[in-house]
Amino acid sequence: MANKEDIKFLSNPNIGGAQKKYCRFRKFGIRHIDYKDPDFLLQFINEQGKILPRRISGNSLKYQKKVAVAIKRARHLAMLPYVTDLLK
Amino acid sequence: MLNYEVTFIADPVLSGDEMKKTVQAYSDMLTKEGCSITNSENVGLRQLAYPINKKNSGIYHCIQFSTDVGHIVPSIELALRRDERIMRFLTVRLDRHGVKYNADKRSGKIGKSKKTVEREEEKKKEQLKETRVPVADRKPAAKAAAVKEAPKTPAPETTPTPEATPAPVKEAVDLTKIEGIGPKTAEVLVAAGIVSYTHLKMKSADDIKAILDGADAKLSHLDPTTWSKQAEYAANGEWDALKKWQDELDGGKASSSEEE
Repeated sequence: MANKEDIKFLSNPNIGGAQKKYCRFRKFGIRHIDYKDPDFLLQFINEQGKILPRRISGNSLKYQKKVAVAIKRARHLAMLPYVTDLLK
Repeated sequence: MLNYEVTFIADPVLSGDEMKKTVQAYSDMLTKEGCSITNSENVGLRQLAYPINKKNSGIYHCIQFSTDVGHIVPSIELALRRDERIMRFLTVRLDRHGVKYNADKRSGKIGKSKKTVEREEEKKKEQLKETRVPVADRKPAAKAAAVKEAPKTPAPETTPTPEATPAPVKEAVDLTKIEGIGPKTAEVLVAAGIVSYTHLKMKSADDIKAILDGADAKLSHLDPTTWSKQAEYAANGEWDALKKWQDELDGGKASSSEEE
């Protein structure tokens, strides 16, 4: 089994070091998520209208739940679709 | 004090007065039960993300109120459900963060997201475009359009309204249709005030040459003798005749290309 020193890469594998993901609500102190603002909520859904997972959006658990609730309310009020294509 | 927010979507065919009456009915019902209404905001006509009752748009309205007792909520919802003009509604209990958010929003502390701003700007552009006058009668209408643009521009912030004013550049007239005029030449002519075929046909060849020489020495090799004649065809809309003649012309120059 090769050691760490034996492995040589052509390009440094540490290039493009991971962007530190953070929860934007905690960072900027946003406490309330308005369900009546579909343009803001578009950030958290994909092109098919599905809610993005926490590991993609970077939200903390508390705010991910609030976002999900807001999106579902917006869907009820027909501000966001339940399912669609080419949303963005 | 319990804070609630009820948002409902009303039939799009309701007129402004009818909508006001509907809203007033619910506001009265709330105040009669002893609630204080903090905010009643008409969001207006919006496109729905999916059709409801076969309708694609609706008038949104939002009422925020606070009360000491919560038993009015079921009665409000019952009334909303029974009302035939209301397609959807949603009642939400606001926590203290929500109340603060609404207060900040009203006092303007919370800005709009980039997308909303973009969307509003596009809407304004669309509205301005519709008031633009078609190519045919530009001269007298240009003034009328300028007058029309003015009352539309009390709109706020960053809207690029100077872009939308009926400035000399109009997409419709393409001076490059004249053989011999390329995009650079067209720019120079437009800057000199020749924006339509009618303008061009009125200028003599010498005038045009003077303009070109004045603007850019590189353009002095062009021979504008046929341009005003071509422009006459174009101004009259005789595109077939123009095309036929352009086939005979060589780069906009009449008479023989054998000449040195």
